[in-house]
Amino acid sequence: MDKFEPVIVAFCCHYCAYTAADMAGTQRVQYPPSVKVIRVPCAGKVDAIHIMKALEKGADGVMVGGCLEGDCHFREGNTRAAKRVDYVRKLLDDIGFEGERVEMFTASAGMGERFGQIATEFTEKILLLGPNPVKTATSEAAQRAAS
Amino acid sequence: MITAERKPMEELIAYLRPFRRILLLGCNECVTVCAAGGRKEVGLLSSALQMRFAKEGKPIEIEEITLERQCDPEYVEELVSRIDQADAVMSMACGCGIQEVARRFQDKPVFPAVNTTFMGASERQGVWAERCQGCGNCVLGVTAGVCPIARCSKQLLNGPCGGSTKGKCEVDPDIDCAWQLIWDRLKALGMTEQYEENIPAKDWRTGRGGGPRKIVREDLA
Amino acid sequence: MKTESILEKILAAGHLAVTSECGPPRGALPDKVREKAEMLRGSVDGINVTDNQTAMVRMSSLAACIIIRQMGLNPILQMVSRDRNRLAMQSDIIGAYSFGIDTMLCLSGDHPRFGDHPMAANVHDIDSVQMLDMVRTMRDEGKFQGGDKLDGPPKMFIGAAANPFADPFELRVARLAKKVNAGVDFIQTQCIYNLDKFELWMQGVRDRGLDEKVAIMAGITPMKSVGMARYMKNKVPGMDVPDELIKRMAGVPKEKQAEEGIKICVESIQRLKEVKGVRGFHIMAIEWEQKVPEIMERAGLLPRPQV
Repeated sequence: MDKFEPVIVAFCCHYCAYTAADMAGTQRVQYPPSVKVIRVPCAGKVDAIHIMKALEKGADGVMVGGCLEGDCHFREGNTRAAKRVDYVRKLLDDIGFEGERVEMFTASAGMGERFGQIATEFTEKILLLGPNPVKTATSEAAQRAAS
Repeated sequence: MITAERKPMEELIAYLRPFRRILLLGCNECVTVCAAGGRKEVGLLSSALQMRFAKEGKPIEIEEITLERQCDPEYVEELVSRIDQADAVMSMACGCGIQEVARRFQDKPVFPAVNTTFMGASERQGVWAERCQGCGNCVLGVTAGVCPIARCSKQLLNGPCGGSTKGKCEVDPDIDCAWQLIWDRLKALGMTEQYEENIPAKDWRTGRGGGPRKIVREDLA
Repeated sequence: MKTESILEKILAAGHLAVTSECGPPRGALPDKVREKAEMLRGSVDGINVTDNQTAMVRMSSLAACIIIRQMGLNPILQMVSRDRNRLAMQSDIIGAYSFGIDTMLCLSGDHPRFGDHPMAANVHDIDSVQMLDMVRTMRDEGKFQGGDKLDGPPKMFIGAAANPFADPFELRVARLAKKVNAGVDFIQTQCIYNLDKFELWMQGVRDRGLDEKVAIMAGITPMKSVGMARYMKNKVPGMDVPDELIKRMAGVPKEKQAEEGIKICVESIQRLKEVKGVRGFHIMAIEWEQKVPEIMERAGLLPRPQV
């Protein structure tokens, strides 16, 4: 039984969350390699379908990072992103997946430490939840086919 | 536009469970505007269904096609080249579109992905409200542009009733009292004497009461 | 005289008329109707029988009216537009008159959402104003609403409700005017606690000469307790209960509140007797019908005139 190495996609906005991730790197803040950062111009650019596709293709968790409340460079992008994250969480619950696999976070550009902390905590949560049920089912099917 | 809302996932999953290849249809008009069944919503639903059936160990194939409209046979005809690749069709269009697809493809099960609700307008982003019930004999000319049939909970033509409270309907404080709206408009237009002209009993034959309706334009048909 | 209705006769003779109310039971229990109606014998000129009140199914107003008529009393048929289309309405009206029921009230009705069948279709084929016009046409022209001739026209004395306390206030006199145009003979108002506001409405009514065209009967409901007063203030749409009234009820110990409620009721009647245009009273003592004779006595309205 292979050790579970989660794959977590983090959509991070250029102005704040991505810069914070960058800062974490510069400050040598440790965070798990499972978190793959994808830069977007604004958290509001992330639509429900992007989150769903990430999960559909096997990501174990998805984070969406935006600027601190009230500080969005594009005014309301972080608010819209938060609502979409809630929508996807509910959709996941409705199809029998864990809505907790998706989370919104906010940070400011200088918060390298905080980014590291959030990434670590979320990875721990995903470790507890276990692998994406799609992956498990696919591998079980493959095992059955092989035997 | 005609508004609709996606049905609960459990209902959709139950419809599709017996099938392996699905044609998932969106519509580029009304259901796109109310974010219920356009291209985006098709993508989301497809993703969700595939994840769910994969989890059950019975992966499903979904082809996503969004037509310009589903209520005109010319657009539905575009599906002819794809229909044989599907065991079943699920449509996110309103009831009109779903029925057109079912009529055209008699040997394919067709399932609704949405509940069609009402004819309405956008109040603001993300909020749509009922405006018209298709009574077939529009009274808006004498009710200052507000429809009491669609917007009064009791469809009173000589309202308001005694339950109107601070401009809201007694049934639900989120519902404006249609007759308050009518009265306010009559005042703004300087036409308050119109209020006392009693509107006579409605002939419902122009509406649903006369049976399913049809319009035939002799100059076009 | 348009009809044989006792209510019409009493009003025509210039007396203050009095009506009260009977809510039919939620089951096939005719004796309950008889019990309630019997409590009112001799105290009132007519007994309203509600029609699926608060959108809860009860014995039909028509059936209960027949029971009351057979007791030698005067029932007033209430008919809402919520539950019946115009065929059923006209059918029931002809049926009612055939049993000697000659007085009726045309109403919209509470929305099904409030009742025990919120899933039911909400009919409203015609509204209360159109219903008034329909009944008047049946009576005076011997014609059905659809235009055909009607044999044996029902000679109904036609009433409607008015609520001076609903919003918007500025419309409430105009709405009465609509009903007068549609042919209403008498009005029973929503129960009055804010007498100042009622008098303001009556001023508007008199200014338009509507008091000459329709007999207005002031609605009265005695309070049983401060809890009831608060409930009516906060939970019932279209009701205006002034704070002084709540204070007055609250200022009295629990076991004395019912008596205080009756006192307030009698005082209101005495004050309203002096308002020009008030031609009578409609006492709605819901589940407290036994108090009506006492209220009538203390308000100086007994014995009822014989016409």
